[in-house]
Amino acid sequence: MAALTVRNLHKRFGTTEVLKGIDLTIENGEFTVLLGPSGCGKSTLLNVIAGLEAPTTGTIEIGDRVVNDIPPKDRDIAMVFQSYALYPSMTVRRNITFGMECRGVPRQRQDEAVKRVASLLQIDGLLERKPSQLSGGQRQRVAMGRALVRDPRLFLFDEPLSNLDALLRVDMRTEIKQLHRRISSTIVYVTHDQIEAMTMASRIAVMDRGLVQQFAPPDEVYNRPANLFVARFLGTPPMNTVRARLATEGDRLLALIGGAVRLALPAQPAAARPYVGREVFLGIRPECITDRGGDVGLAARMEGEVEISEPTGAETMVLLKVAGERMRARVAPDARLAIGQRSTFSVDTRTACLFDPETERLIA
Amino acid sequence: MRARLGRYLPLVIIWLPLLINAAHVVGFTAWTTWLSFTPSDLLPEYSWAGVRSYRAVLRTPSTEIAYINLLLYSVGFVGVSTVAGFVLAVLIDQRIRIENLLRTIYLYPLAVSFVVTGAVWSWLFNPGLGIEKFVRGLGWSSFHFDWIANRDYALWTIVIAAIWRGVGFAMALFLAGLRSIDPDLHKAAQIDGAGPWRYYLRIVLPGMAPVAISVLVIQLQYAIKTFDLVRAMTGGGPGISTTLPALVVYDFMFQRAQLGRGTASAVLLLLSLLVVLVPYYAYAHWRARKDKAHG
Amino acid sequence: MASTLRASRWLIYAVLIGTALFMLMPLLVVVLNSFRTAVEIGRSSVIGWPTGFAWENYISAWGHYCIAQRCEGIKPYMWNSFALVIPATIISTLLGAIAGYSISLWRFRGDTTMYAIVVMGVFLPEQMKLIPWALVLRELGLNDTITALVLIHTVQGISFTTLFCRNYYVGIPQDLIKAAKVDGAGYFRIFWRIVMPLSPPILIVTVIWQFTGIWNDFLMGVTFTAGSQQPVTAALIAIATTAPTDVPQYGVQSAAVLLAALPTLLVYFLGGRYFLRGLTAGAVK
Repeated sequence: MAALTVRNLHKRFGTTEVLKGIDLTIENGEFTVLLGPSGCGKSTLLNVIAGLEAPTTGTIEIGDRVVNDIPPKDRDIAMVFQSYALYPSMTVRRNITFGMECRGVPRQRQDEAVKRVASLLQIDGLLERKPSQLSGGQRQRVAMGRALVRDPRLFLFDEPLSNLDALLRVDMRTEIKQLHRRISSTIVYVTHDQIEAMTMASRIAVMDRGLVQQFAPPDEVYNRPANLFVARFLGTPPMNTVRARLATEGDRLLALIGGAVRLALPAQPAAARPYVGREVFLGIRPECITDRGGDVGLAARMEGEVEISEPTGAETMVLLKVAGERMRARVAPDARLAIGQRSTFSVDTRTACLFDPETERLIA
Repeated sequence: MRARLGRYLPLVIIWLPLLINAAHVVGFTAWTTWLSFTPSDLLPEYSWAGVRSYRAVLRTPSTEIAYINLLLYSVGFVGVSTVAGFVLAVLIDQRIRIENLLRTIYLYPLAVSFVVTGAVWSWLFNPGLGIEKFVRGLGWSSFHFDWIANRDYALWTIVIAAIWRGVGFAMALFLAGLRSIDPDLHKAAQIDGAGPWRYYLRIVLPGMAPVAISVLVIQLQYAIKTFDLVRAMTGGGPGISTTLPALVVYDFMFQRAQLGRGTASAVLLLLSLLVVLVPYYAYAHWRARKDKAHG
Repeated sequence: MASTLRASRWLIYAVLIGTALFMLMPLLVVVLNSFRTAVEIGRSSVIGWPTGFAWENYISAWGHYCIAQRCEGIKPYMWNSFALVIPATIISTLLGAIAGYSISLWRFRGDTTMYAIVVMGVFLPEQMKLIPWALVLRELGLNDTITALVLIHTVQGISFTTLFCRNYYVGIPQDLIKAAKVDGAGYFRIFWRIVMPLSPPILIVTVIWQFTGIWNDFLMGVTFTAGSQQPVTAALIAIATTAPTDVPQYGVQSAAVLLAALPTLLVYFLGGRYFLRGLTAGAVK
């Protein structure tokens, strides 16, 4: 029995269709991240799962029951909001017990629950304060406490860390991840930040324009992106995608960029064969392009001209002009590359991806 | 020379309107207060007369009636219009389709002068002309609605007219307050299982306290200054049963031509205003300090 | 669940529309009455449907109706009101813009005090200013003139207009002013080239508010002018309260009242959300 099943979900607002057919199955204990740019529909999807919005067509199942007609309070869910949504006129304690009050939970049980949750999140000392007297991180924890105390089947997080500053965000990320491990809850987490997604998720649902583009564990999404959008969305800087022509040379598969550069690809997957002689999109991650050779598996070389060089301390990012196309490369921090300098770079093509030029889907 | 002018001209422009304003605010207040301590009658006399005028004013029966009326009027007008305004704002906030139309209708009374308001309502309340005659004309021949001619009830006709005008104002401010609530709060409340009653009572209402206090204070100070409405509706009558402090002031100053007493009653009016405003400012100040200390 | 929701929606609409009817009633009564003859009204009441369109009420109200011994209708008083409101609004708004600009964007010694005085001025009851104005006007020889009222309303208006403009101007980013100063702009240039172009919203709000407030003012009008020099609100009092010697002309009076209220009502309908902004701005300090 899956924790959450979304079947063929469509959501329309007036004439705009925001969700165009979502199918997702989430297992118990999974940490699922809905990742995508603004406007892709991820928050809407979360709202529909929560019952705050009704689907136009399609079903939502939580556990083994269809919850389409069940109001949010009875869906056995809890939600943490970007703006925390703490009730400003109530103390932290009241904020946490408010849901229980509404459900008529006896006072004794309420107090026990608050104590349990407060010690788990280390907010014991804050119970009598009002939200306006708390810092951002504290408010976030109180919001999580309010969710935890419901002991729900499904936790929903709507970009909870967006309002925190960078340092705090890193801390809270770790806390959320530890929490997940400790109480093995099922979590659906919405964010536009791919670092959060990559570090926290057991599976990422990458969304764009109302559709799930790929639903897979982080490394698969990163290394085997299902289409160009996913490839370009993940990774900073994103994957280089350039046009290339496939050709064979004996039993080797080659990608020809701009007619000048020839890169040998590691294998000849069957899927690639129909594309031989045709143009495809070649995807290579920047970290696969370096300025030192030798220690790369299948050394493929290419010549490139440096356009921009950005030293970041830990490495240097360069923008290369390669046979008419632009590619980004990650080179060693001490690389002395001048603007306009032509140099040879080696490319690790083991994780290179090929994309169909029309459907933009992954070939191999 | 030009540079000199260039440097001083801004100063002149900065200070000119402010000084004019200060002169009339501070200067006139001081002048009136001074006069209240003089024995002036028709013409101002600047000798010291102590609190003679104040005593005379306080002993005048119309003063007592005026302030009692003010109390009743304030409670009636401010109380009802604030509560009604809040209720209307909550109702309008429920995604009503004709919201703009309703808002336009609720607020137009504020564009109309008190004189027009008073005139029309006095016609409506007039037993030989307005509602009583109309209802009797419909067949209910024993219908009585002559409050405006009745010493004991006339004040309430003025309260009704004032409420007619004030509800829109209260509603507008409450609606703005409601709209400024974080929308996620409602979502959180839905998930927590709070129905609409609980949501409005436990979550919205406490958050509306500052707005409510603003509404109360502003309407109270308008209530204290009420003059036009009464003059237009009842002239203070029947007799002096609907008189209010502002009318008493006018009466002393221009009808009885007793400047000392007139200015004294004006100062009393100012003091009653301060009774409302000073605690409000102290509260606002305390609140601002509290907010700054945390968060 | 759905049915109780439906029932409650009906209730909500009922309450809202009921209240709307209550608010509209006086206006409807006046409009309908203005088209009825005195005979009709005398027979039924002020509440009723006109049987014809007694346009003559309007003509009479405008030009012939007798108000306190003058039989020229409300036309002269309307002109008085316009002659009062237009200059007073324009001047007080301009002065308020300058003063608001000075207080919010130029720090100078005593600015907090002066602003505190401005705020006090908004609350100060007019009764405290009556006698001093009377004495000042006598010195200036301006008794019983519209000019006197223009002076009064302009000076008193500075409080409101400064309050509005200042609260608006504090929202202008200081960086804009700093950049201008670095560019070499001084007080006037910054005002004309930077602040003024940003001002239309608040100027509209202020003009609407001042127009409405000054047009509707009664106390100053009735105290400092009399007879032919009165603004229309002061003249209207005679309509509302004095018992006429012959048959009361409620139809004409309704027309007169409507005409007198028309300018501010028009400003309200055309001003829409700006009117609303003035309300909330006046409430927020």
